[in-house]
Amino acid sequence: MNIARRSFLAFLIGGAAGTALSPLPWKLTDDLSIWTQTWPWTPVPPDGEYSYVNSVCTLCPGGCGITVRKVDNRAVKIEGMAGHPVNDGGICILGASGLQLLYGPRRVKAPMRRVGERGEGKWETISWDEAIAAAAEKLEGIRSAGNPQGVACMVGDRYGTVPSLFERFMTAYGSPNFMSDAAIEDSYRITLNLMHGKNAIPGFDAGNADFVVSFGSGVIEGWGSPVRMFLAHGKWKDENKTLVQVEPRLSNTAAKADKWVAVQPGTEAVLALSMAYVIIKENLYDKSFVAENAAAFEDWRDDEGKTYPGFKTFVLNGFSPADASKVTGVDPSLIVSLARSFAGAEKPLALCGRGKGNTPGSLHEFMAVHALNGLVGAINRPGGVWAIDVPDYVTWPKPGLDEAARAGLEKPRVDGADGGAYPYTESIISGFADGVNSGSAGYGVEALLVSGANPLYTLRDAQAVRKAFDSIGFVVSFSSYMDETAAQADLILPNHTYLERRQDVPAPFGLNMPVIGMSRPVVPPQFDTRQVGDSLMGIARKMGGSVGDAFGWESYEACLKETMGAAWETLEKDGILVKADYAPEGWGEAFNTPSKKFQFFTGAYRHGENKDLMSQMKIEGEAADFPLILIPYDSMRLASGPVADTPFMAKTIEEDVLIHDDVYVQVNPATAASLNLREGKVAELTTPVGKARVRVHLSEGIGEGVIALPTGLGHWANSKYIAGKGVNVNRLMSPVADPVSGLDAAWGIRAKLARA
Amino acid sequence: MSTVKAKDDGAGGFIILFFILGFVASMILGWIVFPKLLYSQKEQPFNFDHAIHMDMVGACESCHFFRDDGTFSGIPKLAQCIDCHQDVQGFTKDEEIFVNEYVRNYREVPWLIYSEQPDCVYFSHSAHVLSGGMECKTCHGPIAETETSRPYEYNRITGYSRDIWGKSMLGLKKNPWDRMKMDDCAECHRENGVKQNSAQTHKGACFVCHK
Ligand code: SF4
Repeated sequence: MNIARRSFLAFLIGGAAGTALSPLPWKLTDDLSIWTQTWPWTPVPPDGEYSYVNSVCTLCPGGCGITVRKVDNRAVKIEGMAGHPVNDGGICILGASGLQLLYGPRRVKAPMRRVGERGEGKWETISWDEAIAAAAEKLEGIRSAGNPQGVACMVGDRYGTVPSLFERFMTAYGSPNFMSDAAIEDSYRITLNLMHGKNAIPGFDAGNADFVVSFGSGVIEGWGSPVRMFLAHGKWKDENKTLVQVEPRLSNTAAKADKWVAVQPGTEAVLALSMAYVIIKENLYDKSFVAENAAAFEDWRDDEGKTYPGFKTFVLNGFSPADASKVTGVDPSLIVSLARSFAGAEKPLALCGRGKGNTPGSLHEFMAVHALNGLVGAINRPGGVWAIDVPDYVTWPKPGLDEAARAGLEKPRVDGADGGAYPYTESIISGFADGVNSGSAGYGVEALLVSGANPLYTLRDAQAVRKAFDSIGFVVSFSSYMDETAAQADLILPNHTYLERRQDVPAPFGLNMPVIGMSRPVVPPQFDTRQVGDSLMGIARKMGGSVGDAFGWESYEACLKETMGAAWETLEKDGILVKADYAPEGWGEAFNTPSKKFQFFTGAYRHGENKDLMSQMKIEGEAADFPLILIPYDSMRLASGPVADTPFMAKTIEEDVLIHDDVYVQVNPATAASLNLREGKVAELTTPVGKARVRVHLSEGIGEGVIALPTGLGHWANSKYIAGKGVNVNRLMSPVADPVSGLDAAWGIRAKLARA
Repeated sequence: MSTVKAKDDGAGGFIILFFILGFVASMILGWIVFPKLLYSQKEQPFNFDHAIHMDMVGACESCHFFRDDGTFSGIPKLAQCIDCHQDVQGFTKDEEIFVNEYVRNYREVPWLIYSEQPDCVYFSHSAHVLSGGMECKTCHGPIAETETSRPYEYNRITGYSRDIWGKSMLGLKKNPWDRMKMDDCAECHRENGVKQNSAQTHKGACFVCHK
């Protein structure tokens, strides 16, 4: 070893000793460890004054109470409101991540006018005055050209002041084409109308039931008021109550249920009627309810003396477990034991409406399931289904109509929901596209106003919907977010988000008491947006005449205050108006049908006397060309309504649902083998209305010949966090009009799958 | 037969010399260069005179108050200042900056906080001041008597104020306010025998301060 080398080593050793005796290594270690806590991507709430604001979540029809934690003027966390009658402190993943909608990248920040081609994404920001004037001028033009009926309007919710303002606008303007998003609530409403004679929405005393048969309802997948159903589900587990899930696919609800009854898709009504068969045949029904409070159970005669078969005859003549088994694929002995347990339970409850309940469904099915509840007397009693009067606090005097309005309102509706064919249905949003494309109403649709809905994404047969949109010259969106519909609009008048606006939120779906919530501004508007009520009134006033006169309020808030009357103070203080001592009407006074009784059979039900009920509600496509059946399925992690997944939710989608940008289609291994498809393989899924690239996921949780795709994927607008991922199943499906309600009853569509 | 004899080529001196060279160089690096590199300085947006305010308002709590829910407001927001500083008071340049740049534009003053703890630390002022009856100056020193705002020194790696580790690189201190690391919290708690058997020493104790 030479000297230089040894000296160098000595230098290093001296250096090491010196370093160890200096603060450098020790301080550096400390600092580096602290540095790891200050990485810029670690979210840290700001410092400041804490406060909490109680409000209502409106991201789904659940109507949960929320408590938003704020630091100074920034909202930092959304929690469920403790003690709230809907969710008592609970919250769902969408509600909890709602701040990403408020502060996230998909907001429309100011009124905008399209400058490029439709959907090209080229916009110019304009002032509110310009935006209101642009809308008013266009609408005034259409009206003075004698085509007021050629303006259509789609809203999300049906009740409350904002939808009512739009309805009022359409009336004063002179168009019959007011539509609201449809869901199972509409089917239940028609069911209660026909069987109870009431204009009512359903309330489910789910938490108190002890034997629940769910016909495909995603109890823990977002059905009803999602958090409330989670709580009920937890209670059933704690108290050893029974949940039987009737569903063609092993959903989360089915997996957690006490029993999963794998039924052929679309035959749930047959199973319900077959259970009724057993209950009637074995005399297990509630005799006092059926004898004293129900009509048309036995054969009956109408005013002209014509005799009709009663429910009993109808059921006993065609729905024996042996017969039903052939259709439903459910073992006859299972049908019998299920019926016995159901009828033998103290508080049985039957639910229906598939998944989250976004598709209205077949009315026969709803009535069959509701008849089951009737048979066991689970009507307006603890643990049963209650008929809750529809919210009726919007009691404005009718707007004055001028000549143009009167003429326009006389015209037929574009969606076909007119008195003749579908007398129980107010509007059929799923029929709109067809109406526009076929011109069946006899006039063209020139303009469309969309508020709180995202029809280009949520309506089925997207191609037809798109075609209809393309033919409409003027589309106005009031969306807070750049969703699919806003992206195709000509003018956007952005609403405040639900955390920035005041608005009444009536009737959380499925709650068994009448409740009105008040959503309140948690933070001041972050951008140049406006409460949609004010925008609409602005347009009406700008138009003037009788349209302007219909909106005498100074502002939306003044209108809301006047509408709420005496309730305003309570709503301002508590954020909710509850009828604390609410009890359902007793059986004696609950029914307002002609017989003043629960109506097992009704005029509408006679539509179903033919053996249609024994088969599935027909879906589109022929078995010869499309050997498989595609059904959609819902998940709590995928928002499938007008609001898309938040970035946070998108991160929670399971790896067997979505991988990178590919969605998995669930396929039974036997089906896959016959198609020569293996796990993970890319395949092409084709239906009569569309095609998509998917990946195959083998699952024993789905029957042979049936395949399933999740809802809520395949967005193309919205933020990059969700756009371009998977396939929008609505694009592959086609609506099927229910023969009684006209609403979309498609539970699936025929499909084929081939190696790509 | 041969013997192996240690070779003395006179290199011992060199080796010691180099050892010392290395030692000294690293000591200089560690004690003098490193601190200079580690810390940087910023000036406050403008000078703040605590003494003059104390004469007017009388107590720390007048500006650094507790909110109704017991949380501590910390550095005052514009809203507290605005009552008196609607218009320029007195003749200092600082007052002019304050009123013209901040008050008139409703802009909060971006004060640099000498005693700001890392985000992972939860410190309750009310437990110490309201329940414990401690005075502000016990931990913050005689800041109320200062007439100028000293430069804010911060650590380039962590971004935190130098006051937390303290001026001394060795972490030595004379006064409680010379250093505010966890050891200093613990030391005071030990000396004063505060709740030695409480949540602070038991399972889950970490979460009292590190939420
Ligand atoms: S269930 Fe619906 S209303 Fe309730 S928090 Fe979730 S999104 Fe909001």
